[in-house]
Amino acid sequence: MSRVAPRPRQAPPTDLIVDVEHYLEAQQRTGLLRFITCGSVDDGKSTLIGRLLYEANLLFEDQLAALEADSKKVGTQDGRLDFALLLDGLTAEREQAITIDVAYRFFSTDKRKFIVADTPGHEQYTRNMVTGASTADAAILLVDARKGVVPQTRRHSYLASLLGIRHLLLAVNKMDLVDYSRATFAAIEDLYRAFADQIGLERVDCIPVSALKGDNILSPSDRTRWYHGPTVMGYLETVPVDHARLERVPFRMPVQWVSRPHPDSRGFAGIVTSGTIKPGQRIRVLPSGQDSCVARITAYQGDLVEARPGQSITLTLADEIDVSRGDVIASADAPTGVADQFEATVIWMSNQPMLPGRPYWLKIGAKTATATITRPKYRVNVDTLEHLAAKRLELNEIGVCNISVDRLIPFDPYHENHDTGGFILIDRLSNDTVGAGLLHFALRRAHNIHWQATDVDKRARAARKSQKACVLWFTGLSGAGKSTIANLVERSLYGRGLHTYLLDGDNVRHGLNRDLGFTDEDRVENIRRVAEVARLMVDAGLIVLVSFISPFRSERRMARGMVEEGEFIEIFVDTPLAVAEERDPKGLYRKARRGDLKNFTGIDSPYEPPEHAEIRIDTTVQPAESAAGQIIAVLAEKGLIGPR
Amino acid sequence: MPLTHLEYLEAESIHIMREVVAEAEKPVMLYSMGKDSSVMLHLALKAFHPARPPFPLLHIDTTWKFREMYQFRDRMAKELGIELLVYINPAGLKMRINPFIHGSTLHTDIMKTQALRQALDLYGFDAAFGGARRDEEKSRAKERIFSLRSAQHHWDPKTQRPELWRVYNCRTHQGQSIRVFPLSNWTELDVWQYIHREKIPVVPLYFARERPVVERNGTLIMVDDERMPLGENETPLMRMVRFRTLGCYPLTGAIESTADTVSAVIREMLLTKRSEREGRVIDFDATASMEKKKQEGYF
Repeated sequence: MSRVAPRPRQAPPTDLIVDVEHYLEAQQRTGLLRFITCGSVDDGKSTLIGRLLYEANLLFEDQLAALEADSKKVGTQDGRLDFALLLDGLTAEREQAITIDVAYRFFSTDKRKFIVADTPGHEQYTRNMVTGASTADAAILLVDARKGVVPQTRRHSYLASLLGIRHLLLAVNKMDLVDYSRATFAAIEDLYRAFADQIGLERVDCIPVSALKGDNILSPSDRTRWYHGPTVMGYLETVPVDHARLERVPFRMPVQWVSRPHPDSRGFAGIVTSGTIKPGQRIRVLPSGQDSCVARITAYQGDLVEARPGQSITLTLADEIDVSRGDVIASADAPTGVADQFEATVIWMSNQPMLPGRPYWLKIGAKTATATITRPKYRVNVDTLEHLAAKRLELNEIGVCNISVDRLIPFDPYHENHDTGGFILIDRLSNDTVGAGLLHFALRRAHNIHWQATDVDKRARAARKSQKACVLWFTGLSGAGKSTIANLVERSLYGRGLHTYLLDGDNVRHGLNRDLGFTDEDRVENIRRVAEVARLMVDAGLIVLVSFISPFRSERRMARGMVEEGEFIEIFVDTPLAVAEERDPKGLYRKARRGDLKNFTGIDSPYEPPEHAEIRIDTTVQPAESAAGQIIAVLAEKGLIGPR
Repeated sequence: MPLTHLEYLEAESIHIMREVVAEAEKPVMLYSMGKDSSVMLHLALKAFHPARPPFPLLHIDTTWKFREMYQFRDRMAKELGIELLVYINPAGLKMRINPFIHGSTLHTDIMKTQALRQALDLYGFDAAFGGARRDEEKSRAKERIFSLRSAQHHWDPKTQRPELWRVYNCRTHQGQSIRVFPLSNWTELDVWQYIHREKIPVVPLYFARERPVVERNGTLIMVDDERMPLGENETPLMRMVRFRTLGCYPLTGAIESTADTVSAVIREMLLTKRSEREGRVIDFDATASMEKKKQEGYF
């Protein structure tokens, strides 16, 4: 067993201590390795890191004392040191003896500095594993020697590879429980290598270890004399990291912030994500495509003669051109692509499924745009790597989808540049990060369809009708009274000589939306289509009445965003479920209660009431005629229709 | 040639600060006069140079800091010309909260946690920079760089937002706020090396000098003013000490040391066998006490 004699923590040679300056200089030049530990639950990830820190004497005495006390109190090792407790810092983690979120630890040896992200093994916490993996150069994947390769082993390998980790160490742990059997180790290694070959990992190493007993962690173990490879620490200190790779990739700097370093020039601040830049070099600003030269690279300590990947800088340009936050300044010789439609791999990380057609915020570099995702082309079974048909993506599912963005964005394929090819998706209502994506390539069709400008526009068309175009969007439960009120409003508008059209949910489902059902994704698509139709009608100069249950806030907000400010009037026909169910004019609630009708709003499908509707009608106190009168009055008040 | 480690950390922190300033409505930088705060302030000067950092500093004053910390605070604010807000919990003042009498838990809760929440609400800050590092403590090691807090300032460690690459989600709802930790990936040694390299001024208490101390429960407490009650057998002794972390003087233990320069401090750190937070009395209160305090709104 590999026990090391106690020695001062992180002891540099004594003569170096005397000369702190030299020691620090040498330390600065040791490279950094960022790695993760991953693998299935209970495979010993936290224990391995704890053991590594302990064996390398990287723990402080008071930490060690606390660990001894904790191990007796809440440890899982019968009072012996439970190294997982060094990392599982959350109460819930200690209580359940599992890892929930990523823990970052920092240590260094004479050869390297390390930032390790200890990631959770449970499938439900995959998003936290992905968080750790996105910035890692290498991964230690643990397997339990008794269980071998399990689905979570393959899942984490696939995720690591997908995010761009090229070097993976398979640590076959708990060798003590299989009597350090060479055959067991070899069988696991063979099986794993066969899988790894399919997913594009550049280099895979395998080491037999016991994190609990300390075998092959810091020094070679006597109990695995048949193994001649490196120890875990030996591997970490030598696994190649190509820190210079980013210097060979073309220059990119997403603009974070525009400043005025001098009265006569503007400075563009950002982090150099790849390439190098010098004053005088030609650059191109994207998506606008304008070229210029770098005038200066300014910094606190004075101007720089060159900037390198990872540096936060401020650039000034030779020409006065328009650059704003979210633009990318790139090498003019090798600029980024620019597009608004892409194919991408999407990793879904929310309990709410990804619904095709629903708008999300997409943030890439310093740019945020609105994106909608098409139905997934396929989803990946990460265990078998099979492509499966999918209508949506659920929590932790990975799929390949087309993405459409509301503006042009500069990009590179993710495999070439993580910073200009990786994006996150943010839910527009909860503001949570719900997904992450890796761009593959732009869809060609984006370039070929241009918006055809017409001479007669919306304003002209509406003026010919002596009216202002707008959308009156009625939302509410089935049986709330939307259609009744909308019908009265349309009659009243028609009576005033105005040009209207009423889009009714049931009627549209007979034609345009005949192919759609009542699942969440079909409801999203139902609203997307009717909102597009309403937009065209507004463009035609009409007053459009839309009477749809439209249960989700997100899609109503999308419909609102399709027309101009002030053109969208949301009318919440507010009828409590009990009242609507009591009325049940079409007998649908009865059917739904019997279970004959699935996904019925209010029964087994949610209704999200508006938070800021322009008009709210309480049908329990207000008859339909009076409600219609109220709506007409509001329209007149807003100047959308003239006074009677 | 790739960046050195300090250059890498510096650039990462600056990127984080610029991202907050670009996206937040009303950011603020928490300023505690400690070494981490000093480094963070220095990074802010660099990030927005030649402009001043476009946010004020906020000091949550417990009224029990070391006198030298107050002197340092006022000197820095004056020299740098940055707006400095000082907030003291008025209820705590009225109650005459005294850590010697009321204990560290109540003192910390009222004068730090509650005060911080009140100040953020009062000014309506939606993003606050803090100098916490992941290597300090286990629950901090689990926290994101951008850490969402509810309108009640609660941290929910189980629903942290995923945080990939360098893409940060700064979006909040009305009332919610984000605590941002630009020094997340720095270690104590990195901080000192950076102070050394950049010649950043720090409070002199970090350097060894003869100071009047008494020993209580194995901790050396400096007698910084007349508010400290002395027991019958307690006589302050002049000893060569310094501080590894700075907080409220009644709750901060000194260490015996002769390190009186930055180089000497670094040399000492390379050989020490004790961790940084050992001198923090408030961390001893209960296991997982930091997580609990954070959930309640502490930084």
